[in-house]
Amino acid sequence: MSELTRLDAADLAARIQAREVSAVEVTQAHLDRIAAVDATVHAFLHVDTERALDAAKAVDDDVAAGRPAVSPLAGVPLALKDVLAMQGAPTTCGSKVLEHWQPPYDATVTRRLREAGVVILGKTNMDEFAMGSSTENSAFGVTRNPWDLDRIPGGSGGGSAAALAAFEAPLAIGTDTGGSIRQPGAVTGTVGVKPTYGTVSRFGLVAFSSSLDQAGPCARTVLDAALLHEVIAGHDPLDSTSIDAPVPPVVAAAREGATGDLTGVRVGVVTEFAGDGYQPGVSAAFEAAVAQLRELGAEIVEVSCPSFDLALPAYYLIAPSEASSNLARFDAMRYGLRVGDDGERSAEEVMSLTRAAGFGAEVKRRIMLGTYALSAGYYDAYYGSAQKVRTLIMRDFEAAFGRVDVLVSPTTPTTAFRIGERVDDPMAMYRADLCTIPSNLAGNAALSVPCGLSGDDGLPVGLQIMSPALQDHRGYRVAAAYEVARDAAQGGSLITRVPELEVV
Amino acid sequence: MTTTVALMDYADVIARFDPVLGLEVHVELSTNTKMFCGCPTVFGGEPNTQVCPTCLGLPGSLPVVNEIAVESAIRIGLALNCEIAEWCRFARKNYFYPDMPKNFQTSQYDEPIAFDGWLDVTLDDGEVVRVQVERAHMEEDTGKSLHVGGATGRIHGADYSLLDYNRAGVPLIEIVTKPITGTGERAPEVARAYVATLRDLLKALDVSDVRMDQGSLRCDANVSLMEKDAPEFGTRTETKNVNSLRSVERAVRYEMTRQAALLADGGSILQETRHFEEASGTTRGGRRKETSEDYRYFPEPDLVPIAPSRDWVERLRTTLPEMPAARRKRIQEEWSLTDLELRDLVNAGAVDLVAATVDAGASAAEARSWWVSYLSQQANNRSVELGELPITAGQVARVIALVADGSLTNKLAREVVDGVLAGEGEPDEVVDRRGLKVVSDDSALYAAVDEALAAQPDVAEKIRDGKVAAAGAIVGAVMKATKGQADAKRVRELILERCGG
Ligand SMILES: [Zn+2]
Repeated sequence: MSELTRLDAADLAARIQAREVSAVEVTQAHLDRIAAVDATVHAFLHVDTERALDAAKAVDDDVAAGRPAVSPLAGVPLALKDVLAMQGAPTTCGSKVLEHWQPPYDATVTRRLREAGVVILGKTNMDEFAMGSSTENSAFGVTRNPWDLDRIPGGSGGGSAAALAAFEAPLAIGTDTGGSIRQPGAVTGTVGVKPTYGTVSRFGLVAFSSSLDQAGPCARTVLDAALLHEVIAGHDPLDSTSIDAPVPPVVAAAREGATGDLTGVRVGVVTEFAGDGYQPGVSAAFEAAVAQLRELGAEIVEVSCPSFDLALPAYYLIAPSEASSNLARFDAMRYGLRVGDDGERSAEEVMSLTRAAGFGAEVKRRIMLGTYALSAGYYDAYYGSAQKVRTLIMRDFEAAFGRVDVLVSPTTPTTAFRIGERVDDPMAMYRADLCTIPSNLAGNAALSVPCGLSGDDGLPVGLQIMSPALQDHRGYRVAAAYEVARDAAQGGSLITRVPELEVV
Repeated sequence: MTTTVALMDYADVIARFDPVLGLEVHVELSTNTKMFCGCPTVFGGEPNTQVCPTCLGLPGSLPVVNEIAVESAIRIGLALNCEIAEWCRFARKNYFYPDMPKNFQTSQYDEPIAFDGWLDVTLDDGEVVRVQVERAHMEEDTGKSLHVGGATGRIHGADYSLLDYNRAGVPLIEIVTKPITGTGERAPEVARAYVATLRDLLKALDVSDVRMDQGSLRCDANVSLMEKDAPEFGTRTETKNVNSLRSVERAVRYEMTRQAALLADGGSILQETRHFEEASGTTRGGRRKETSEDYRYFPEPDLVPIAPSRDWVERLRTTLPEMPAARRKRIQEEWSLTDLELRDLVNAGAVDLVAATVDAGASAAEARSWWVSYLSQQANNRSVELGELPITAGQVARVIALVADGSLTNKLAREVVDGVLAGEGEPDEVVDRRGLKVVSDDSALYAAVDEALAAQPDVAEKIRDGKVAAAGAIVGAVMKATKGQADAKRVRELILERCGG
């Protein structure tokens, strides 16, 4: 494996600016790595080789001409989740219904990445329309967890997380509706951040659940995530729900945290997220992380957020309701898959046949759930009640953040489960997002930072740090401080302990 | 396949039933851009040339509210004496149809921007009916489908369908009345007058083209009948495709007679959507739905709530123009019109045109006469609206001025107007090109007068004897000889001068 693929993004960007290495060399090294291991991992659905090299070349030209770097990540390769529109490349959302579809426009996130000189290597695998926690719901095959190829890489953004852990890219973009950035980050030993809702534009993000979806950075270090966060965040007039406020100073917070001092920071441990259903190795790693935070000077208190127990059922009403409407447009009339158009069948029949053939079982399950929840006579009992739960959860957060600066919990109750283990048990699958969903419902910021390996199976565990809305930097500061202490205690970076992949 | 529909005599309908109306009017706003994207809204473009990812509902696209459309909605609400919501949201109305790109329409449901208003409607005889307005809400238009082949022109059974999304996303305001009761035999008239009044109001607000023929103003008429003194309303039908004011009246009247016959026969009314047939003046039933449509409304999560500040609302209130009813009252006084004259003016759709002509310097009487009679006839002949005639108020005013200063006779003036209508240019150009100037050169006229007197010596004798009325025959002869280009008044003066001294 080329040394270049082991480096983090900040380091790569610095070396490119210092002309120690060219952006093209960096990109080529990652393309070579993808060619070598992706047949095994299957993180990518599409590799955009030529344009990636072109983008790298443009950065090298800037460097050669002495022009200042367009961003602190200029020339650094990135893996883009296939739910974000990218002109000239397929955007499938892991669904047959959009197989081969190419958007005629860039998502705002994609545009910002391009403008920052970030090199987009390709599009990553995901659960169909971001519905799932294992990437097994992709219509285009499973993605494997580089820590154990028989296990899932999390979901829905398993492709992006696996690409980081397999050293196919130092940066990735995910989207998080119920935990789809944080849970894959936790089970692959990488950093995943769900920014405050409304701080990263959703324009060009194919909607699953509009009021919950949020794109965010994925990386192998907290600082890299922060650097990427500042590239993609910011007000966007094309997204009405975008917040017109300055981007929280996450890079500065990550650098401040890296000094390793958390004196005066109040950290609340969510008491609801422990006990039955939590794998002992996960609980132990989490408790060790909390102890380390205390050693760094943080004040640790227990905080109860009783309505968090209602988050999962509320989520499984709100998200499917919105999804049932968002996914109605896939009807074979204008783009995408068209099945049964034999010149005899009616438009209605073609719509129906296409949707039957184009959507996978989980997507259909959620469309049906959502359609039911919004139906006349059921709306108040289901959708209406779920919205009330959402308000209760916001109030719990509000009360908690009145007492502490950040809240912590395990990111997910277990380590990566085996491929196939939960496919026939949706409730078990849904439980993977138990701890992550409250922040989606409330819209505040939350991230997952690796907190060691579980004693029982040797797989990565994630520490979730939740911050108030627009206070994303608090989480970065705590995560960066913890990251330094963790590596010091464990004698090196956690990600270096990923088993070597067999190179083909 | 024709089945004879039984209809009840209208007088019998009224004797036995009370009609209840509910009118839903859709107004396409004349904003430059669509409701949620920057695409142009002009009518008549090549199919699918005014579209973008948002109005095509492409994956990942998002809506952004057109603030001008919100402003128009508030102004319409204020003009209809509505309350303006302090906080309201858009909602998704979910149903599948190929001309709707997202398979949901972004609309408003239980939180309309304007509600609880009224509109006073004046009938032909001056009776005023107050129509209560339930709500006015914002939504987006759908695209258009053309179903080719098949018997019905509908999607079912069509050989193929063509879709044009140029109209998809054009801002619409839907204005819904409360049930209109107690209008009895005048119900069809009230329906028509309501839509006409609304049209004038929207025109005055300058928020829409209000062209029923182009679909920028559309009316759905809900009609039901209740037996006299029945405790509750009967089952209603909703008639769509009502594309003119006259059709509104006909559709309501037809439904009343159709429903009455059914009810009198012991039948029941099917709650359904019906389609107005312009040619026959009848309505036909839609496809029967096995279940009632459940639109699964929920608040649109891609848009933030609209919370018009009271300041803004009050500022918009000051931008409201003089309302058509008040304006008519003022004009009637200023121009000293009888009720009948005012009615003719209004019915001809000429109020604005006459006012503009007066503004351009003409007298009210002359302006009114031109627009209500000669130009209305021309519009009629061409089957266009008065306002669509290719002549401006300024041009009409110029013609009137030319008559007033004696340059044109009334007959010549009509020829000049014909020339303008034929695209021959400004009135003065038409006068020059057609050589229509009044012959006011007395020397030329003296010759013509002398010639005419010489040709009819007996008449000349009578005039000399003091029988002045006989001069008419000579005037006629001179006018004939000058091909009508002489000023008849001047000719008469010259004849009398020649015969009397
Ligand atoms: Zn558009």
